[in-house]
Amino acid sequence: MTEPSIDIAAHSSPLRERHVALGARMTSFGGWEMPLQYGGILEEHRAVRERAGLFDLSHMGELFVEGPEAGEALSAALVSEPRRLAVGKAQYSMICASNGGILDDLIVYRLGDERFLVVANAGNAPLVSDLLAQRIAPYRAILDDRSLATALCAVQGPRSVEIVAPLTDLDLAAIRYYGISEGVVAGIPALVARTGYTGEDGFEVFVDTERAGGLWDALWSSGLAHGLAAVGLGARDTLRLEAGMPLYGNDLDPSVNPFEANLGRVVRLDKVNEFVGREALRRIAENGPARLLVGLAMTGRGIARHGYPVFSGQRATGVVTSGTLSPTLGRAIALAYVAPGDAEPGTILEVEIRAVRVPAEVVPLPFYRRPR
Amino acid sequence: MVPQDLRYTKDHEWVRLAGDVATVGVTKFAADQLGDIVFVELPAVGVSVAAFATFGVVESVKAVSDLFSPLSGVVTEINPALAGQPELVNGDPYGEGWMVKLKVADPTELAELLDPAAYDQLIAEA
Repeated sequence: MTEPSIDIAAHSSPLRERHVALGARMTSFGGWEMPLQYGGILEEHRAVRERAGLFDLSHMGELFVEGPEAGEALSAALVSEPRRLAVGKAQYSMICASNGGILDDLIVYRLGDERFLVVANAGNAPLVSDLLAQRIAPYRAILDDRSLATALCAVQGPRSVEIVAPLTDLDLAAIRYYGISEGVVAGIPALVARTGYTGEDGFEVFVDTERAGGLWDALWSSGLAHGLAAVGLGARDTLRLEAGMPLYGNDLDPSVNPFEANLGRVVRLDKVNEFVGREALRRIAENGPARLLVGLAMTGRGIARHGYPVFSGQRATGVVTSGTLSPTLGRAIALAYVAPGDAEPGTILEVEIRAVRVPAEVVPLPFYRRPR
Repeated sequence: MVPQDLRYTKDHEWVRLAGDVATVGVTKFAADQLGDIVFVELPAVGVSVAAFATFGVVESVKAVSDLFSPLSGVVTEINPALAGQPELVNGDPYGEGWMVKLKVADPTELAELLDPAAYDQLIAEA
């Protein structure tokens, strides 16, 4: 088997020593050296579903956009409408090319009337930073790329509130899902967002990079009594897949448009102003996408993986873009692009796994929904 | 130190040969490298395998790895427990985690494999 190689030019997280001390196996991801796993992916995955997990997400990009026309500028740069956000709320968004291809998926948080935070994927952060700078240039708004100056820790799981609440002055109950607030956590000035990539309740806490160690240590100590576990990128991937969330690089890339990826609801074609990709996306919405991203549950024996072809009878219909063995469901699940005619839940397709066609059923997303 | 009664391939499979019956699995080093094993694909009984050719696949959560046979032979048994409990490979790689038994054509092929000391050295340098 192959060892994951670490690119010596990669960024290091401020929490690297802590991960190594916890026995993490490190990996290269998006230009950063990050923990892949500590005790094991299945164990970490279960910890998040049953109790809580602590994630180092310092590799993500944090881009602040501020100014009297910040909202307008972002509306022109992205496919969503950030001006509809109330202060303290967030929205999922995408930045697209003029042909409608997805260049990154993002969360946009509104911190003030004239202040927004855009969080980009690690591997795309430098590109998104450049693109945003270009696209907002005509507006009275400035971009402050604080990706390297900002660290991010997430606590995700049913015990998240009990773990974070004792550390902060903020009333966490008042921060609803997709909300964000500024406050103090463990004595450290922080942004606390009720967002995540696991399908569980939880918080993403942004602090200045040099305070990251203090934040991690405080969350760790508070979490001890609640069974908090350190969780790496391996389990982050299985968790998001169970929650039906796409991963840029696997399920989304510049060859995919939002309508194909089932993210048409994010595109506000009714925005009054121009935005990059508008004309192409309008045409795609009108004609219908050429393929659709669906959830597959394997009904035969085998695990569907990225790149495996999908068939409907003898006809090739698409390709798997993400797949794994779901620890919660105990069966193999996947995301795949298929012909629109084959996208109806209940449709039986086949995934070719090492020259053998294994049956799979199209199922609605998400695969897993947390108990309320 | 790895079990002293086994022989090893460079790809981290082990074999125990008793007469002309070989039992094959993957080493603890391999299982640890792979992480949680969630799926094992083995050949059918009666299939012929050649030394150093692939005879199946072992899958962790994140990756698919080929299995290479240490010896040539015909598959006589596959471990029935692995379909439902692939984690046996992680928990007991040299015992309950065994994968296939082969009736070997040529026991002298064993000499091509690494002895325990050589395998220990291989993994120490990895």
